[in-house]
Amino acid sequence: MTSGFPELWDTRSFGRALDAAFNGIVANWGETLEIIFMPVLRAITGLERGLQFLPWWVVVALFCAATWGAGRKVVPVIVVAALLVLLGLLGVWNDAMATVALMLAATVLSVLIGVPLGIAMSRSDRVRGGMLPVLDIMQTMPIFVYLIPFVMLFGPGKIPALLATIVFAIPPVIRLTDLGIRQVDAEIVEAARAFGASPRQQLWTVQVPLAMPTIMAGINQTTMMALSMVVIASMIGAGGLGYQVLQGIQRLEVSRGLIAGLGIVLLAIIFDRIAQSYGRRVQANLHREGK
Amino acid sequence: MRPVKIRVENVSKVFGRDPAGALAKVRAGMDKGQLKAETDHVLGLHDVTLDIRAGETFVIMGLSGSGKSTLIRHFNRLIEPTGGRILFDGDDILKYDAARLQAFRRRKVAMVFQRFALLPHRTVAENVAYGLFLDGVPRAEALRRAGEQIALVGLSGFEGSYPAQLSGGMQQRVGLARALATDAEVLLMDEAFSALDPLIRHDMQVQLKELQARLGKTIVFITHDLDEALMLGDHIAILKDGTLRQVGTGAEILARPADDYVARFVRDVNRSRILLCGAFADAGLSTAPDAPVIGAEATLEAAFAAFAGGAPVVAVRDGDGRIAGALTPQRVMEALARGQG
Ligand SMILES: Nc1ncnc2c1ncn2[C@@H]1O[C@H](COP(=O)(O)OP(=O)(O)OP(=O)(O)O)[C@@H](O)[C@H]1O
Ligand SMILES: [Mg+2]
Repeated sequence: MTSGFPELWDTRSFGRALDAAFNGIVANWGETLEIIFMPVLRAITGLERGLQFLPWWVVVALFCAATWGAGRKVVPVIVVAALLVLLGLLGVWNDAMATVALMLAATVLSVLIGVPLGIAMSRSDRVRGGMLPVLDIMQTMPIFVYLIPFVMLFGPGKIPALLATIVFAIPPVIRLTDLGIRQVDAEIVEAARAFGASPRQQLWTVQVPLAMPTIMAGINQTTMMALSMVVIASMIGAGGLGYQVLQGIQRLEVSRGLIAGLGIVLLAIIFDRIAQSYGRRVQANLHREGK
Repeated sequence: MRPVKIRVENVSKVFGRDPAGALAKVRAGMDKGQLKAETDHVLGLHDVTLDIRAGETFVIMGLSGSGKSTLIRHFNRLIEPTGGRILFDGDDILKYDAARLQAFRRRKVAMVFQRFALLPHRTVAENVAYGLFLDGVPRAEALRRAGEQIALVGLSGFEGSYPAQLSGGMQQRVGLARALATDAEVLLMDEAFSALDPLIRHDMQVQLKELQARLGKTIVFITHDLDEALMLGDHIAILKDGTLRQVGTGAEILARPADDYVARFVRDVNRSRILLCGAFADAGLSTAPDAPVIGAEATLEAAFAAFAGGAPVVAVRDGDGRIAGALTPQRVMEALARGQG
């Protein structure tokens, strides 16, 4: 069959070279990479075992404490506790805890990497110019395109699932950190400069605190995206609720898929509540009125 | 005469991609409008030279876009000039490196902003102490000193409040206290009172004058409002399109405007509050011994009361207590009418 566009260069041999290069990396570096990521794997597995080992009410108490710490409000705490109990009643507690462990690890790593990247982007138009197309690619590239290379590198398991989740979920926190810092009132930054704040002091006493509501919105989105990735991550051996959904599909067990899917929704609501009540408290601190 | 605190020497500022090239065009005679149209550069300031003396209030005036904010931001190098020198106590601040500049901003100059620019996530006390925190003053000590300044501007009891809980006038007092807290010798105030309503604005003007008398700071004050300029300023500079049109005391500028622009600028001012009796007293006029007496430093407005009381002549006494001459209603009217044409 002829192509509509003339073949100006040899795409096939280019593709072959690329494959060869990648296979070379897998062969030579696969083991090293696995060793490097060993501590991360241990951390996730440890977290998962811990959450599954602890009595359910201790886990509920931990979540409640986190919610209280985030928002200092009673209602979200009660909602979170109720939703967790519901999760247990659905009979998917252990799978849910595995998912929580993977998602927490992915979110924490995304924030640890994404916030500094966002800050770097906000401080230099050149860095921003370089990052934006990369972020666009990350957000439009079909997940399987990078999921498969990760599996080739690490073999099926939690690490490729984690990395793919990070690639998928990190763009919002980067973008919104950059946006939040750029949107900070220029006059307030100028005031900090006028009083002799060094660039670092400007960042930590003015820009980051004032950008916090926007950064939190980014973290919230990243958390949600990480959670939505668990179904796909389960296909490469990450386990958890996603695996149950997958099983449900494969065995045509509607109930199994439905219950696990419901579990994912419940987790999404729980994390959304926690992140939002934190965001609201930060916002309130910025525009405090009365009381 | 008081020593010079800030000397501005031939300072020019062009905004754009190639400021130096654009400035050369300006030197060759291009004006602000042409420069914008032909090269897309904005002329912020052109060849401004002036002296600000220690302990005075120096007011910068001009229409919107005339370069007032640009000029005041040169004094702490928030903006770098395209050409010229800025001397602070004889020191060329353009030679300072980053560390020295930070120390200079922390200790020598402080700024008050039109829209207050307080940190919304920090309390009043923390805002006032901000400059001290930056300078590494221990927290307890910084908050103690902040407390003193808060008391000075009359906000005791609000230390723990957040800016959004305060009215505009109170927020600007916090801004003023923040600037006073670092004990800087120079206060830069860019339209500091413009966002306040007239009554509070008047209060703040009075308060600033008192502070100035007590603390002897050098104050650079920007305003749109001629009455405010005349009330506060020991000297007034008038800018137009980035060039300096005239510098002088309020009375000098009213009496002898340097050009048409300045004359139009000062036309609508209430002259009776500015012009002084001493300048218009007629030395040849004899006065009855029971005529009311007024000081040479009093404004013409003060003489109105005496005339309203029915006196045909008012004696003017100079600084040494001698009668220097006299004023008649006729002379006062002439003084007020001048420059009105
Ligand atoms: N960062 C900038 N980039 C480009 N042009 C600027 C910049 N800052 C100021 N200008 C220009 O310089 C000129 C002087 O501006 P400036 O802000 O100093 O005026 P101003 O006298 O303070 O006016 P206003 O009374 O409105 O505050 C204006 O034409 C303005 O457009
Ligand atoms: Mg201005």
